[in-house]
Amino acid sequence: MNWQAVATTLKLASATSIILMIIGLPVSYWVAFSKWRWKFLVEAVVALPLVLPPTVLGFYILLAMGPQSPLGRRYESLAGHGLPFTFEGLVVASVLYSLPFAVQPIAAAFGSVDRKFIEASWMLGVSNLETFFRVIVPQSWAGVMTGLVLSFAHTLGEFGVVLMVGGNIPGVTRTLSIDIYDQVQELNYSGAARTSAMLLIVSFVILSIVYGFNRKVWLFAADRRHRQDV
Amino acid sequence: MLLIADIDKTYDGGPHIQASLRIPHGASSTILFGPSGAGKTTVLRCIAGLEKLTAGKILFDGHEWTSVPPQKRPLGYLFQEYALFPHLRVRENIGYGVRHRTDVVERVAAKLNVHELLDRWPSELSGGQQQRVALARVLAREPRLLLLDEPLSALDAATRDHVRSELAHLLRGLGIPAIVVTHDWVDALTLGDQMVVMSAGRVLQTGPPREVFTRPQHREVAAAVGVETVVAGRVKRREGGLAILGVGSAQLAAADPGREDVDFYVCIRGEDVTVEKGRAEQSSARNHLSGIVVDVAPAGILTKVVLDVGFELIALVTRQAVADLELTKGADVFAVFKASAVHLIPKSA
Repeated sequence: MNWQAVATTLKLASATSIILMIIGLPVSYWVAFSKWRWKFLVEAVVALPLVLPPTVLGFYILLAMGPQSPLGRRYESLAGHGLPFTFEGLVVASVLYSLPFAVQPIAAAFGSVDRKFIEASWMLGVSNLETFFRVIVPQSWAGVMTGLVLSFAHTLGEFGVVLMVGGNIPGVTRTLSIDIYDQVQELNYSGAARTSAMLLIVSFVILSIVYGFNRKVWLFAADRRHRQDV
Repeated sequence: MLLIADIDKTYDGGPHIQASLRIPHGASSTILFGPSGAGKTTVLRCIAGLEKLTAGKILFDGHEWTSVPPQKRPLGYLFQEYALFPHLRVRENIGYGVRHRTDVVERVAAKLNVHELLDRWPSELSGGQQQRVALARVLAREPRLLLLDEPLSALDAATRDHVRSELAHLLRGLGIPAIVVTHDWVDALTLGDQMVVMSAGRVLQTGPPREVFTRPQHREVAAAVGVETVVAGRVKRREGGLAILGVGSAQLAAADPGREDVDFYVCIRGEDVTVEKGRAEQSSARNHLSGIVVDVAPAGILTKVVLDVGFELIALVTRQAVADLELTKGADVFAVFKASAVHLIPKSA
């Protein structure tokens, strides 16, 4: 087992999901509640990583980060080095790549919060921002957890984007999926099998936790309704 | 005036709602009455700031409210299904909108008799308890005007009567003016000092509830307040304080409204019509119309009997009466009602 790749992967997935929480909450709020008529365009952009080949996404991210682009030059002048083929660059790419996995469940949860609770909060003198944290998020925690865990799990398994943007630098940008690819290239099938099995099991366990968790939430609500009926 | 609201709201390709409301200072409650779809809730939401006005203005205690957000309006809005936050216990629900919580929560909880419920979840409360908790939550902010949207419609019939009288008592005791939206005339009579009747986005009549119910000024008001029979009639002659009208092929007597008009809508409440098998010999009722039973259908605890007496007349009678009189389709009967039970609305109104 390549523990260095395990560490890199975990670090990347954690950083990505934490940043996605920070970006994903406001973006999801906007997607769920904006009445802008062109909103669907933004929704389509957010969903693009679901359908685009990771290499295409990675290619554009690479261009945007590169010294030819104003964004890339600006980062380089601030940080002293470019984004491509660094861990930071990988995090940026992963955030974009996993964005729909965070935004879609969270926005769906926000959107299903009954509007009367939001209006009730306003009518009790509570601001929009405070209503977000005191009414909308608490009633959407299953969706928020799902978004957090799915973006973590999705980042664990990414390959194309990582390869395009991060390259294959041991200890910096070589993640588990790339490690598996390398092992297969070297005909080290037993090593590839071990790492693959581990990714498979970890992903399965994480997804089971998410779905079980959502189901328990559902049971809890049904249980409460049942008590009300009695 | 505490509130002067001239509301004009148009939905894209939808209804157009126009209503003016005047709410005086002091503890009076105003009923906003009308069938569903009349625009009552829209008026309430405009006052609350939850809907933007298309035109018009809202003045609260002399302040222009058009651009004031809902949070800054000192209102207590009771939502139709109470909207208690399901993720917060009763205590946190009541304290949700106030800064210095403990003593405020204790005080309003005592006032509304929800003390023993403070540690429960909203889902563990009965409908009546939910309503009291929601009221406590609203009152904790010390609003200057209460807006109650169909406060009793979420309750089942059995609890509604009880909660209604509780609410009437509470509203009188609070000393805060209230606007109550309802389509139930029992609510209107129990809870209201003033009444504004709306239909299809317009205000049709304003006045004390009893007056509106007994003297509707429009056909639509009569229908909205639940007068079962509203038919066109024409005065044939006037004699001794009575107006004799031709309605369909029948004639009936009504108290003369003392107006020059000859064309009226004739309004008769179903409860005021008695059904008899033969012509009663001794009766103070002026109107004895012979006819046949067209339909018999249950209507709550009463039975609705549709009669053809030269026009369609609806009577509400007890089930016992239906059995005793053997009221079935085609039966020959007499419809009996007093001249004073007939209310006339001039067609020109």
